[in-house]
Amino acid sequence: MNISLILEMAAEAGADRVGLVCDGRRWTYGELLRAARGAAARLADSDCTFVALLDESSEAAPIALFGAALAGIPYVPLNYRLADEDLAGLLARIAPACLIGDAARAQRLDPEGGHTCLDRGAFTAAAEAAADSFDAAQEGEDIAAQIFTSGTTGTPKAALLRHANLLGYILGTVEFLSAAETDAQLVCVPPYHIAGISALLSSIYAMRRIVMLPAFEPDEWLRLAADEQVSNAFLVPTMLARIIERMDAGNTADLSSLRAIAYGGGRMPVELIERALTLLPDTDFTNAYGLTETSSTIALLGPEDHRLALTSDDPAVRARLGSVGRPLPTVEIEIRDDDGRALPAGERGEIYVRGEQVSGEYRERSALDADGWFPTRDAGWLDDDGYLFLAGRADDVIVRGGENISPGEIEDVLMAHPAIADAAAVGVPSAEWGEAVGIAVAFKPQQQALNEDELRELIRKRLPSSRVPEQIRLRDALPYNEMGKLLRREVRTWFDE
Amino acid sequence: MKAGIRLKSAVCDTEVMVIRAAEGVVACGGKPMAEDKPADGGSPDPEFAAGTLLGKRYIDADDTIELLCVKPGDGSLSLDGVALTTKDAKPLPSSD
Repeated sequence: MNISLILEMAAEAGADRVGLVCDGRRWTYGELLRAARGAAARLADSDCTFVALLDESSEAAPIALFGAALAGIPYVPLNYRLADEDLAGLLARIAPACLIGDAARAQRLDPEGGHTCLDRGAFTAAAEAAADSFDAAQEGEDIAAQIFTSGTTGTPKAALLRHANLLGYILGTVEFLSAAETDAQLVCVPPYHIAGISALLSSIYAMRRIVMLPAFEPDEWLRLAADEQVSNAFLVPTMLARIIERMDAGNTADLSSLRAIAYGGGRMPVELIERALTLLPDTDFTNAYGLTETSSTIALLGPEDHRLALTSDDPAVRARLGSVGRPLPTVEIEIRDDDGRALPAGERGEIYVRGEQVSGEYRERSALDADGWFPTRDAGWLDDDGYLFLAGRADDVIVRGGENISPGEIEDVLMAHPAIADAAAVGVPSAEWGEAVGIAVAFKPQQQALNEDELRELIRKRLPSSRVPEQIRLRDALPYNEMGKLLRREVRTWFDE
Repeated sequence: MKAGIRLKSAVCDTEVMVIRAAEGVVACGGKPMAEDKPADGGSPDPEFAAGTLLGKRYIDADDTIELLCVKPGDGSLSLDGVALTTKDAKPLPSSD
């Protein structure tokens, strides 16, 4: 098994069909396959142990991804936004690599690594020139991609995705050649994120033309969506919020071709998704939940669920807008307690997942249990109809005097208040309880801010007294990473020891 | 036979990838398929000459075997002499 099959099949079905639009150039599936084969020929001749990408999204991403696959070498997209010190650490862990993108920075940060560094243009040109010297795909160690986790809680882990995981995900979720020739997918997630890889694989297997936006910017996103008559897009909630802001501010880009938006990667405020559904009534919305270690999506809330939730009088159905939907038919999900026992519907615990697409494997060790289940470290519960609700990271649970408190329940109460723009609850040291609740709150501009007593009263009215915060911090905004993940580690530093 | 391997036809260009493996002889155009391209088996048996379609999945009546056509050809697929049929797609909304 090799993910290169995806591009080979697309090129077989439509060698002359445009598969990628990037920076003004239109690439056919045939051209992409030729370049990937050329890259593989060059890589097979080198002594590199990884193929790394240190760059924004461009044609180099799919060429390197499939070229590495054909050469039997793991592909490692690196986060170019990392600080020098952190990036240097990752470069040392993949030496010697063939590195594509910011060659000067890689050489400067890891001069001893023995890396072969090429900038984007040189790599693409070399790949296209070597296409005829490609012989045959190499087996290698069977790892398609190695993705460093964002490391919001410590040293980044090297998650391994095998060809069987990624191919299992694509074959299980996408029908080959299911897109019309006019369909186009606007890809704006960074290439080092699992969503950046799955977007390439899914779009190419469906033969949906990829329109690449190298780095997200809302006006540019709107311009490309209109100019290229984009039909599908994936966004993280913060990107959707910024696009809606621009539309509300008068950007009148024509989005009439936009049939479907998928979103995921972070918490979607209910207000925001309701606004989006109203603003784009003809667009289907799908919420996707997945992890790097699961080759992307494992559960989704589809367009019909969104519409039903928005119009239903049944509170259980309405609440589903805050869920991540139901598991894919090809994966199993279980909620377990701290002792590993499966919990019934309605009870909160840790989310476990199993399936062909689930790798659960790191360079250092596999996290799978004996029966192949992966503990996600995400907390959540299933409702009676099998809809999955997330309740934060298991590691974020606040333990107050032996009682487990999920930050989500406190944040939900705060976020429902009309004056509050954003809120986070974290565990803070407490002399009396070991750990207690701390909250950080940002108010909306021009809204009457609540004082500390009023905030405490708001929570006391709705939740048990153990949830009432011991410490409160008022800020203009909360810190997020570029994928819209709240940086709780940073929030914790705001509170007294 | 095991999941993940590719089988090639003796009578045409057809290649399939095994998605779900089963006991029995997988044939294309009436001639057994194999991982290494079998010796030229002539033209497809007229009973099994409807052709294969790129990207389609093929299953038996009991849904024990599943093959994905990764290269199309003139022969058609069978398991122990019984023709396989294409599997209906149950489309999921795109989530990427």
